[in-house]
Amino acid sequence: MLVATSLFFIGCGNNGGKEQKKGGVLGSNVAEKVYVAPGEHDEFYAFVSGGFSGQLAVYGLPSGRLFKVIPVFSVDAEKAWGFNEETKPMLNTSHGFIPWDDAHHPDISQTAGELDGRYVYINGNNTPRIAKIDLTTFETTEIIEIPNSAGNHSSSYVTENTEYVVAGTRFGVPVPQRDISIKEYKGNFKGALSFLKVDPEDGGMEIDFQILMPGFDYDKAHPGRGNSHGWFFFTTYNSEEANTLLEVNASQNDKDFIAAVNWQMIAEYVKNGGGKKMPANYAHNVYDEHTHQATSTMKKEVLVVNPAEVPGAIYFLPTPKSPHGCDVDPSGEYIVGSGKLSADVTVHSFSKMVKAIEEKKFSGEAYGIPIIDFEAVNAGSVKQAGLGPLHTEFDNEGNAYTTFFISSEVVKWKLGTWEVVDRKPTYYSVGHLMIPGGNSRKPFGKYLLAMNKITKDRYLPTGPEVTQSAQLYDISGEKMELLLDFPTVGEPHYAAGCPADLIKPRSRKIFKLEENKHPYAVTNEMDARVERKGNEVHVYMTMIRSHFAPDNIEGVKEGDKVYFHVTNLEQDYDVPHGISMIGANTSELLIMPGQTETFVWEPKQVGVWPFYCTDFCSALHQEMQGYVRVSPKDSPIKLSWSLDGE
Amino acid sequence: MKRTHKLLILMFSFVLFSCGNDKKNNQVDYSSKKTLVKKEVQKEKPKEAPEVKKEATANIDLSNKGIGPVKSIDISGAIDQKLADEGKELFKNKCSACHRTNRKFIGPNPTGVFDRRSPEWVMNMIVNPEEMLQKDPIAKALLIEFNGSPMANQNVSEQEARAIVEFFRTLK
Repeated sequence: MLVATSLFFIGCGNNGGKEQKKGGVLGSNVAEKVYVAPGEHDEFYAFVSGGFSGQLAVYGLPSGRLFKVIPVFSVDAEKAWGFNEETKPMLNTSHGFIPWDDAHHPDISQTAGELDGRYVYINGNNTPRIAKIDLTTFETTEIIEIPNSAGNHSSSYVTENTEYVVAGTRFGVPVPQRDISIKEYKGNFKGALSFLKVDPEDGGMEIDFQILMPGFDYDKAHPGRGNSHGWFFFTTYNSEEANTLLEVNASQNDKDFIAAVNWQMIAEYVKNGGGKKMPANYAHNVYDEHTHQATSTMKKEVLVVNPAEVPGAIYFLPTPKSPHGCDVDPSGEYIVGSGKLSADVTVHSFSKMVKAIEEKKFSGEAYGIPIIDFEAVNAGSVKQAGLGPLHTEFDNEGNAYTTFFISSEVVKWKLGTWEVVDRKPTYYSVGHLMIPGGNSRKPFGKYLLAMNKITKDRYLPTGPEVTQSAQLYDISGEKMELLLDFPTVGEPHYAAGCPADLIKPRSRKIFKLEENKHPYAVTNEMDARVERKGNEVHVYMTMIRSHFAPDNIEGVKEGDKVYFHVTNLEQDYDVPHGISMIGANTSELLIMPGQTETFVWEPKQVGVWPFYCTDFCSALHQEMQGYVRVSPKDSPIKLSWSLDGE
Repeated sequence: MKRTHKLLILMFSFVLFSCGNDKKNNQVDYSSKKTLVKKEVQKEKPKEAPEVKKEATANIDLSNKGIGPVKSIDISGAIDQKLADEGKELFKNKCSACHRTNRKFIGPNPTGVFDRRSPEWVMNMIVNPEEMLQKDPIAKALLIEFNGSPMANQNVSEQEARAIVEFFRTLK
């Protein structure tokens, strides 16, 4: 197997060379397609998850330019995420403060099955969480922990009207968690599929219910749309329920399942008092854009539903060989399951599924859940299209595009006839792919972004660690055309894309000072001051081009805990200021116009210690500085502060 | 004449640059360099600097209405105290970090400003500072006088700027 894989790599490397040579004549043509002239804007936003970086990067397409890295699950010293007092609660969990996670699947909110560009939801795998990013501010404004889950991988996907964000567990775990032998896995471990109800006003999340499924691994998911709206589909592997050496032991069954869940039916059941509340402990963290602060609340209960309580709501669709990707076409009729150990891509039919259920065409059951007969639900399959099919997205002309990890390629095929139309190599080992809107009712079938796991020789070498990469293809014609390689931040696990016009007009420029409700804000320089409460010193500070008020502070003592609450008084677009203090055990602050942020400094040495602006803000940026005098603990010096002697 | 100006400015910048470089590259006697720079400045002054440099604030020009949406404002009537109070509050929140009513601060003192400027100019400077700083001769000169500290755009509306003008009228 290893040898085979390496052979493929080499093969791909050679192809790469050929591709470039062939492209020589048409090279300028390709360059024009990704060229966005200086000062002009890209047509699409791409929100590319950072995988093990824990963050979400914002790129422009077709240029591949990086605009921003939005901190989500990992601390970010650049933006003080998880370092300032305001955002520390965002990373709180039932396990305490967690400074990192593995961010996988971003999904843009939808209305009537189409992208609406309001929010991005994304999952943290490791300590199961779902985050919401507000696309007016491009900031993470909510993170909710998922109890009874582990390796939160079949997440986070929104239903057609963003009624729910769905988060499925990858690992089966004991529910509730308890001291039990790992060998007792079978039958005792559960797989929780969580349905988070979304507030249509502000996109806020709450866990409505969890379905306690058998302890398979729930790998990927997508919602039904159109006729299949109301259903959700999850691929599973490890239907063997192995608890060790899964590489072998979870690859035994010829077919695993796609679980089809009628969430509308279960939501109705729950609404009418169904399900059972069980004790839980999970964090719900919300950032308020007016107080510029996050709060973390520990929730103590969750509603769980046993599939047996709602007969007719869940079915298993047999799908060959540990299916990974679970993708639904724009019409909602086809459910594509990519058996990653199979050479074929299996496609199920929603209308056939409904008919099979009516006619009770079942081939068995697992833990009381009916297994629909394979032939009765299968619409067809794309035969021998490549090796290691993983994920599929769609264009608006009835074509599907599937990535093949082992053979490093993207294959275009026709829905309904299952014939392969085109194939293009990727460099190398492609995982997910993304077409803007490619998993909605309205795809924008112009570009395809392939996200690769391995880079090898594609860029200048940078030591053993080579950045991962994404590749952009033009898919507007019959044949795909490779346009661009660009490096990514972390692992480009998956992405969500959206026409810029849906987001751009709503983007926030500043926070209005009048709306600043931060309890420690000072919205004009006259109110800047320093207050002592025991050994706590609170500095109510303002900043504007190019000074701090106050900028001279005396009377701070060794052993004090000094809180700098700093408000940026600017009201103009793109004029943030920063601040950092010598010896502070934290990061700088980067404060947007009209915003207030806080950092803590515990001076350990007597002396006069400077602070300064860290973001080059103006011609007089270097002048934007100040001093704090720190006196011995028993010093009689009184607290005082000033700016230019006033 | 113009050419010599440019030459002088160029020379001046060279001195500055070389000074900066020296500072970076090796430890030099800082005070002696400083004197050198000073000397150059003095040499230049009588030829070029004075009109712009010294008199930007003092320069009286009531006919210049500035560049921006405000074309004509009448402030000849009695002071509208309610409007002036609104302006005072706005001034405190949006302007006072850089402007003080009793002295020159980061920017000019607004007391008595209408002896020097038209109300239209003042309002355009508040609501349209970027363009003013690029195109208006007085605004450009002021930017130099105030050490390159630009008038900040504080997203003040025309209506709010009018209230601030009314507040300025009360300053004696």
